Amino acid sequence: MEMELGTFLTVETFLGLALVIPGAAAVGNLLLRRSPDLRDGMTFIAALLTFFSVVAVLGGLGTGSDAFGPDGLASGIGEDGQIRLIEVFPGLAIALHVEPLGLLFALIASGLWVVTHAYGVGYMRGNDEKHHTRFFACFSVAIMSTMGVAFAANMFTLFLFYEILTISTYPLVAHKGTPEAVSGSRTYLGVLLLTSICIQMPAIIWTWTTTGTLDFQPGGILDGHVTGWMVPLLLGLYAFGIGKAALMPFHRWLPAAMVAPTPVSALLHAVAVVKAGVFTMLKIGVYIFGIDLLARTGASEWLMWLAAWCILAASLVAMLQDNLKRRLAYSTVSQLSYITLGMALATSMGVVGGGLHIATHALGKITLFMCAGAIYVATHKTEISDMSGLGRAMPFTFGAFLIGALSIVGLPPLGGSWSKWLLIVGAADAGERLIIAVLLVSSILNVAYLLPLVGRGFFLKAHGPRTVPASPAGAGVSGNGGGLAPGTSGLREAPLLCWLPPAVTAAGCVILFFWAGTVRDFLLPLVTAG
Amino acid sequence: MAAGAAEHVSRTLADHLPILVVLAPFVAAPVAVVIGNRNAARTLAVLATVISLVASWLLLRQVVGGGYISYPIGGWPPPIGIEYRIDAANAFVLLLISAIGTVFLPYAFRSLDHEIPWRNHTLVYCCYLLCLSGLLGIVATGDGFNVFVFLEISSLSTYILVSQGCYRDKRALTAAYDYLIMGTIGAVFFVIGLGMLYMMTGTLNMADLADRIAAQGPNRTLLAAFAFIVVGVSLKVAIFPLHMWLPYAYSHAPSAVTVFLSATATKASIYVLLRFLFSVFQPEFVVATLTPQAVLLPLAIAAMVVMSFVAVFQTDLKRMLAYSSLAHVGYLLLGVALMNVDGLSATIIHLFNHGITKALLFMGAGALVLRVGSTFYDDIAGLGRSMPVMSAAMVIGGLSLVGVPGTAGFVSKWLLVQASFERGWTFAAVLVVASTLLTVVNMWRVFEVLYIRSPNPGSQRQSQPLTSAGGPAGRIADTTGDAPLMMLVPIWILAIACIWFGIDTGLTLGSAQVAAESLLSGSLGMADGAI
Repeated sequence: MEMELGTFLTVETFLGLALVIPGAAAVGNLLLRRSPDLRDGMTFIAALLTFFSVVAVLGGLGTGSDAFGPDGLASGIGEDGQIRLIEVFPGLAIALHVEPLGLLFALIASGLWVVTHAYGVGYMRGNDEKHHTRFFACFSVAIMSTMGVAFAANMFTLFLFYEILTISTYPLVAHKGTPEAVSGSRTYLGVLLLTSICIQMPAIIWTWTTTGTLDFQPGGILDGHVTGWMVPLLLGLYAFGIGKAALMPFHRWLPAAMVAPTPVSALLHAVAVVKAGVFTMLKIGVYIFGIDLLARTGASEWLMWLAAWCILAASLVAMLQDNLKRRLAYSTVSQLSYITLGMALATSMGVVGGGLHIATHALGKITLFMCAGAIYVATHKTEISDMSGLGRAMPFTFGAFLIGALSIVGLPPLGGSWSKWLLIVGAADAGERLIIAVLLVSSILNVAYLLPLVGRGFFLKAHGPRTVPASPAGAGVSGNGGGLAPGTSGLREAPLLCWLPPAVTAAGCVILFFWAGTVRDFLLPLVTAG
Repeated sequence: MAAGAAEHVSRTLADHLPILVVLAPFVAAPVAVVIGNRNAARTLAVLATVISLVASWLLLRQVVGGGYISYPIGGWPPPIGIEYRIDAANAFVLLLISAIGTVFLPYAFRSLDHEIPWRNHTLVYCCYLLCLSGLLGIVATGDGFNVFVFLEISSLSTYILVSQGCYRDKRALTAAYDYLIMGTIGAVFFVIGLGMLYMMTGTLNMADLADRIAAQGPNRTLLAAFAFIVVGVSLKVAIFPLHMWLPYAYSHAPSAVTVFLSATATKASIYVLLRFLFSVFQPEFVVATLTPQAVLLPLAIAAMVVMSFVAVFQTDLKRMLAYSSLAHVGYLLLGVALMNVDGLSATIIHLFNHGITKALLFMGAGALVLRVGSTFYDDIAGLGRSMPVMSAAMVIGGLSLVGVPGTAGFVSKWLLVQASFERGWTFAAVLVVASTLLTVVNMWRVFEVLYIRSPNPGSQRQSQPLTSAGGPAGRIADTTGDAPLMMLVPIWILAIACIWFGIDTGLTLGSAQVAAESLLSGSLGMADGAI
């Protein structure tokens, strides 16, 4: 197959295309702003092509254990496993490479872009949102930078795309232009920019001045260059500097970002942006510090406890939220800490579990967000206490929500069970019994804050008058929901483009359960090499 | 005689590039006045600036690999005659100044039409040409007294240019007067110091001065001369406690003039400071006087933090940008204070990067003046939506000012932090970062004003044409919609440059490193020898 494609269509080409296509889609959006159908169709095709390019990168690498060389990186790319695009500082280039974790992340992000774009078109039109062109153009730029983050061959390149991702998503958060949107986006940009420029950048420059390289190398680059108290300090600068990982106390941007239209919350604030954060966290753990260094010096132990605390605290805060999207946001804060925890455990299974959790949580959480959006489109309800009885009118939406929620909780036969399992194994390897307990308690908390909505939707009766604009919390969005007759008589299922995508991702949660072994084997070179 | 003639014949135009850079605008200025026609003045300004640009580009290409070009004026060999000496450091600054001049002119046509009565235009372009040639002369020359002469040429014309803002706001006159007094004090200090040096060494040629100073060793007169020169130049640079003239001059001068000054005038002065610190007084001498740690570092930090902080409280965009310029002078000084190659490279590259960034932002401010007649936040609220193309460029400029990766500002900030780490001054790195934080606050406020705040109905939505201020106002285009094309093109050229030099640093970083190395080796790169 590869031979037939000839010399032009190499892995390198597809790698480049995965970045170029979303970028071109952004430009195309601006050019086609006068014809919405053409614009949205073009973006859909671009999303498909991006996904195809990433799949082609995967296919071009070969299969099984041949895919990655003995050092855990994809061999045969560029001169020495890297494609150097341009040298910004002497010895410091914008460069791309392929390794298992990044490829997995790119696959998820580009695959879910296809689904989310379809959903986004339905949502934006069904909801009469304005400025579609700006919205989809920024969205495409965000995907491009996500691809850049996923394939970055050094910390410098990663940082570059990380910041483009922050900036390109700012207009999306501020999209509605209302005072809440403005203040939310202010928090969003403020926390993300300040952490990255004021904490992360000094950490990167520190690494650069002590080691003379920023390349992601198996086994890490810091070993032998930093010692003693400097290791936990540098790790702290990275951990807090990566604001997108939403480690407390720098988590507030994530609930604040929930003012964005739901497709943004779904793809960006459940998948691309937050996963870029924890992905970076795993990357620095594996390729900058090296798991061995962390395990030997115990430098990440404090981070492990902090992550454990975040898991529980954010879950508890989530239970107090009545606004569905805010509850999901705090749930994301909690779930992201699972992945940080996986890195901080500094064991092989912890890292692989963290990597797998990127995939399983992405599918689960995007399902939940898309369902929240579908409920909003159909009923203009945002508060959980108003959603009684909706399940019977919207069976597909609530069914998908149930599956997504169960995957987050970690019940078989859903993907989430495996990543949680691996994390527990990782904790056991590290001999941290308390962490195992935290993971289990967290599952119970997940049940407590996710499943009541499903029960409320299917089993409670819609309380008549309360659905009418009486609810002051939802007053800003009461919309046409207020015009409906009491009860569920006027309610219908959300439009096809709004319920089908979450149904697809919910199915993905089930499929991932059976494919988890494959993904695990795929990720293993991360920890066995170097 | 015969040998002289032969030498004369053998010189081609390429050999005369060092003087051509300065001479083109210098000759064009009086010609413009003699012709006395506004369009002729414009044409001459463009021609002269482009000639300077081409010449400085050719010069930079010759010296970017190291070494220097020595050009004796009138064939009188140094140290008797005046020598122009071009190496990587000044060729790079020459390129910045002439490039900014070239980009700025089309913008200035439109902006000056709006802000200055037509009858003054010929003289304004003449002043611009003199100012340009003065700035280029300061940078190109290798003669101490010649620096003073060109410093005065550029300063005198700058005072006039600043005062032209009085047609928009009468306070421009006091601002120009302030600047005149402070600038003159600075120049006097400078010439006193120079006089002392001449008294001690009997020479004014910088390279010769360097040799003789080194031969004499430090003494009290030398220290006094050093102090006079550093303080005099610092006034021109607007280093922290000597900065008061700058915000007034920048916020009240005509918008186009501010664009030009912000990107070039302080940059040329910083260059003079570098030259005297590193080439005339050697690095060892400077270190021995404790100037870097005891004087430059505290002032740099104060400028970075205090000026950024003061900028937060401004309600006028141009004034905020002026204070931010002062903060950036702090960055430049910090690089000097570090006294290592990376620090000095950071200073030199930041001269360039900040020059294009700030020119871009002031151009945006000028475009806003064209629309609403002021840059107060209350008046420009919501204009981002009615001027989308212009405002998008301003966002790029703002990001570059903050130092977001992928922009020019990031490159210099990265180098500066890296150099601080190398020197072991972690606190300096932390303060750079803290100052960045304040810059984020400042620029963010501007973005919110432009994009998110709704237009203020009470504000003066339409700029008053200048008919009442005397003379025909020229064609005032529609006062709604985006900035005119003549402004948008220069603005976007700079916006693209901000991104370009943030990714491809071959030219800027390459030149800066060669320049920093040659400066740190002392003696005007004498070790390398002439090309």
